Amino acid sequence: MTLFLSYLINGISLGSVYAIIALGYTMVYGIAKMLNFAHGDVIMIGAYISFCATQYMGMPAIVSVLMAMAVCTVLGIVIEGLAYRPLRQAASLAVLITAIGVSYFLQNMALLIWGANPKSFSSVFDVGSISLFSGKLLISSETILTVLANIVIMIALTLFTGKTKIGKAMRAVSEDKGAAELMGINVNATISMTFAIGSALAAIAGVLLCSAYPTLQPTTGSMPGIKAFTAAVFGGIGSIPGAMIGGLLLGVIEILGKAYVSTELGDAFVFAVLIVVLLVKPTGLLGKQVHEKV
Amino acid sequence: MTQRKSTTRMVPVPSHSIVPERDVDKRPVLETRHLGIEFGGLKAVEDFNLTIGRTEIAGLIGPNGAGKTTVFNLLTKVYQPTTGTVLIDGKDTAGMNTVQANKLGIARTFQNIRLFSNMTVEDNVRIGLHNQIRYGMFSGIFRLPSFWSGEKRQHEQALDLLSIFDMQDMAAMKAGSLPYGAQRRLEIVRALATNPSLLLLDEPAAGMNPHETEELMENIIKIRDKFQIAVMLIEHDMNLVMGICEGICVLNYGRIIAKGTADEIQSNPVVIEAYLGKRKED
Repeated sequence: MTLFLSYLINGISLGSVYAIIALGYTMVYGIAKMLNFAHGDVIMIGAYISFCATQYMGMPAIVSVLMAMAVCTVLGIVIEGLAYRPLRQAASLAVLITAIGVSYFLQNMALLIWGANPKSFSSVFDVGSISLFSGKLLISSETILTVLANIVIMIALTLFTGKTKIGKAMRAVSEDKGAAELMGINVNATISMTFAIGSALAAIAGVLLCSAYPTLQPTTGSMPGIKAFTAAVFGGIGSIPGAMIGGLLLGVIEILGKAYVSTELGDAFVFAVLIVVLLVKPTGLLGKQVHEKV
Repeated sequence: MTQRKSTTRMVPVPSHSIVPERDVDKRPVLETRHLGIEFGGLKAVEDFNLTIGRTEIAGLIGPNGAGKTTVFNLLTKVYQPTTGTVLIDGKDTAGMNTVQANKLGIARTFQNIRLFSNMTVEDNVRIGLHNQIRYGMFSGIFRLPSFWSGEKRQHEQALDLLSIFDMQDMAAMKAGSLPYGAQRRLEIVRALATNPSLLLLDEPAAGMNPHETEELMENIIKIRDKFQIAVMLIEHDMNLVMGICEGICVLNYGRIIAKGTADEIQSNPVVIEAYLGKRKED
């Protein structure tokens, strides 16, 4: 029983990271109607920045996270402005391929700067762990922080999109770009803002991910990125609560699958979920049915 | 139904247009000069010259496919013209985008309703108020006093605007769940919220029954009087057009074929021909 509980907690922890990454995918998709496949690599950049700040500059953990967030925010805005904005009117396939190109660009840039050798990422958080059932169940500090971060981000984002003026503008742009523009909303600035928020979240996810799985290399971001994308589709792409639920469920499915069925097939479970969702409910758990006007 | 007729005296201005007598000394809200657009060789709108007075209610009519909505898209900068210019409030809009044109004071509604249907009625109006709100993201996230006072003012402003159409009770409803007529009215309120000097209405009476249309006519006049703005509307309901429009412009195959008051338009043989076809020679 305690073993199952500890798998479940690990699953929730991993799922929280997926959820934070999936938020970036889902927000960008909801507003710019594009899949930003470079999102996973922004995570990796964030983790490297945090790594450098703590290892080479001796910064405290919290400062390194803030630095990673700042760098990734700027990176997100630059990527959007240079690579995606010129393609705003282009076919969605062109944008998708560009996103894949940006992804490889970031990976190779990291290869050039930090080399191919995996860096050992020492956890930046240490707040002590919780021990339950007389030591049989240990909840690590990373797990606690990851889940806490996830909850805080979720509440903050819900307030942001629901209550603030920019949040409302985002919802308006995601519903009808043309009408929003005619109401005087600057669509380009709104999309930039979305990329900035998504990338800042990616930086947090990167640090959390590498604290739990401490190998850092230029391809670190791609697998979690693709899994988080699966989570976003699972929950219903474009929906913020959907990304949350999708991420958590996917993390739990992956860990339980690895624990009880086969370690090698863990990743396969994740993508099997994607296939089943696309077959049974293509709009995802919380996705909206799209009515095409004729 | 009461038959109404506008009694405004229209006077000619140098740009070969007519404006209401009361507006003749003021700067026109809109002026187009030789405005035209081509789509791959097809001239959708050609040599479109029109001046609209500061508080005029103007009509743009014409058979289906005449280019009326294209004119609206040109005025709001959704399309960039291939020839000619649009002056809003005396300012040349060449090279501007939709947002900049909106800030200059032009707002519109759509032929097929385009509300933010998953947002509440009040939030729809607040999107229109977007550029009039003066608090930053920082105070929005941290709930500073400037945020709350801004919030409160916005809420009051939104309800105030909704009360024009007696819709303040619907503020918390989802826009998509409103009845059709109310959605059309909400679109007008949302456009008004951007604080325009020229309001473009694309078929505001489409799908309305005669009673609703009658109310709409009264409301358009009320809006004009209350906000002292100009209104330009595209409409197929001739009762509405002839009832409230002071200056009417008739478009056919992308060209203006007539300009004048309701009486002049109704008796203009070219207009009758465009709508009904040529009288058979006997």
